[in-house]
Amino acid sequence: MDKTVNQKAWFLVLPVLILVAFSAVIPLMTVVNYSVQDTFGQNEFFWVGLEWFEEMLQSDRMWDALARQLMFSTIILIIQIPLGIFIALNMPKSGLWSSFCLVMMSLPLLIPWNVVGTIWQIFGRVDIGLLGYSLDALGIPYNYTQNIFAAWATIIIMDVWHWTSLVALLAFAGLKSIPDAYYQAAKIDQASRWAIFRYIELPKMSGVLMIAILLRFMDSFMIYTEPFVITGGGPGNSTTLLSIDLVKMALGQFDLGPAASFSIMYYLVILLISWVFYTVMINIEKRGG
Amino acid sequence: MAKITLDNLAHSYFSNPKSDIDFALKEMDHVWADGEAYALLGASGCGKSTLLNIISGLLHPSQGRILFDDKDVTQSTTADRNIAQVFQFPVVYDTMTVRANLEFPLKNRGADPKYIMQRVQQIGAMIGMESELDKRARGLTADAKQKISLGRGMVREDVNALLFDEPLTVIDPHMKWELRTQLKSLHHEFGHTMIYVTHDQTEALTFADKVVVMYDGRVVQIGTPNELYDRPQHTFVGYFIGSPGMNVITAQVAGNTAIVHGLKVPLSQAYDNLGGKVEIGVRPEAITLTEGKGLPVKIRRVEDVGRHKIIRAELFGNEINILAHEDQPISTEMSHVTFDKDCINVYVNDWLNCGVPA
Repeated sequence: MDKTVNQKAWFLVLPVLILVAFSAVIPLMTVVNYSVQDTFGQNEFFWVGLEWFEEMLQSDRMWDALARQLMFSTIILIIQIPLGIFIALNMPKSGLWSSFCLVMMSLPLLIPWNVVGTIWQIFGRVDIGLLGYSLDALGIPYNYTQNIFAAWATIIIMDVWHWTSLVALLAFAGLKSIPDAYYQAAKIDQASRWAIFRYIELPKMSGVLMIAILLRFMDSFMIYTEPFVITGGGPGNSTTLLSIDLVKMALGQFDLGPAASFSIMYYLVILLISWVFYTVMINIEKRGG
Repeated sequence: MAKITLDNLAHSYFSNPKSDIDFALKEMDHVWADGEAYALLGASGCGKSTLLNIISGLLHPSQGRILFDDKDVTQSTTADRNIAQVFQFPVVYDTMTVRANLEFPLKNRGADPKYIMQRVQQIGAMIGMESELDKRARGLTADAKQKISLGRGMVREDVNALLFDEPLTVIDPHMKWELRTQLKSLHHEFGHTMIYVTHDQTEALTFADKVVVMYDGRVVQIGTPNELYDRPQHTFVGYFIGSPGMNVITAQVAGNTAIVHGLKVPLSQAYDNLGGKVEIGVRPEAITLTEGKGLPVKIRRVEDVGRHKIIRAELFGNEINILAHEDQPISTEMSHVTFDKDCINVYVNDWLNCGVPA
């Protein structure tokens, strides 16, 4: 049979191409464009090659932000993953209470970032916030605008409050999919509670936990709104995470070139870490770990 | 090893059972003798698994007691009862090796490592997985996984009873035969009390010394394969055991004669004043096709299964099955059947009535 050749078919993909071009390709290329040029204003640009990249790689400012960012992501993962699993294990498995718990836990996930930030910003204030005021009244020094530890504690607790539910819900879904026979067999084999967790629940949850870790890592690594609303990156630079620093650089100082090269590297770092995560976990899965 | 007594036992999955229908397991009294191999046979949903789970302690009965020897264990946990149970679908600990899976129940009970080593090797050989002992369980096929489950069930020697809940469903037919034989030899060797749940009559009849037939939450008959076949206590047993099952025909019975749609059928025993629903049960092989003697039938279909022929016929509008010898010619003249009178059982409200010698 002869194939009909009709190049007009390309027109059918055109809308998608245009949409993607305007929503992704062109903005991204603009960033790439900025990252290799410099300007003295009046919309005059000239080529600087990889200078901005070199400069950013040598700047303590970016390395410090990256270190803070890694610390933040690590801490929240260390807290949220075990806590989420713990909550999922202790949730009622069925019935009205189970639904109630699910709804209650989903609530924080539905609140916009900005609002979460504002809630905690007010909650922690020493003059009018319930948390800040109570701690102050108890004689515990707490002021997230001056004390670095208090600032970190606040944004971490806020993130835990906001996102642990996601881990718990995913873990709960994983637990629910385990057939009853496994628990019955474990009872017959006289397995301890720990052994049931270690040999039945954890392996059966590993798939969803991998997704949870990946999601939480990427999200926390890109976090901006909430810490920005609460601490604005302070006190000093102590809670200036990567994206806060990036926005400061790009919009505050209007250093478009460095900010653009920064963004590209930021993007590549996220991509790299996620890829490593994914590959490692898939390999563990395959080897039957 | 223990004798297991069910005393006035019943179970309902509802918290407030009102009538008989609410009970998954109707009231029963039964003793499972020490060291016997039982098959628990019945259609799906008749309460077999419920009964098994009550014996193993995974489920606590809503009424009655369970005794192991003479100790009341109704409220005891599975661990205290020291029972091994194998489930319908393979349950293996995916992340462990085959060896670790088999060791698991022994380790949890703190057995001696040397003994564990040797026992696991022995069980590995029994289930034919010696060479795969150090493989991870995750990548194995469903059969292999089920063999591990079986092995894990058998690894403890001191269990009070071994319970199997349709364990061979996922295993391929050839392996099924082999494993069943091994279970049987294991039983001979160690003399564990074994209860084997199945809905497959062949499996039940080949495995067990005694077959317990359940129907609608009740034990309807307990007996050797032979007893179940020749004298089914309940129409369900007759129908469920045998292929095709027993023919059950509505009749009136007076003295030593049954009357089927006005025609007389002689019986070997005499019966008096039978009330309620009266039926006669005849095995397909106790029916002979004739050319005019007996009850009129219409032959619908003849199935030649090699060793014999199965004739599907119609008797006064109801289907009956007849088994004929392979060599027997079947002609269009054969329009009637006679019953072997020694093989006719009489049922009143589904239960066997033995009658008195005529």
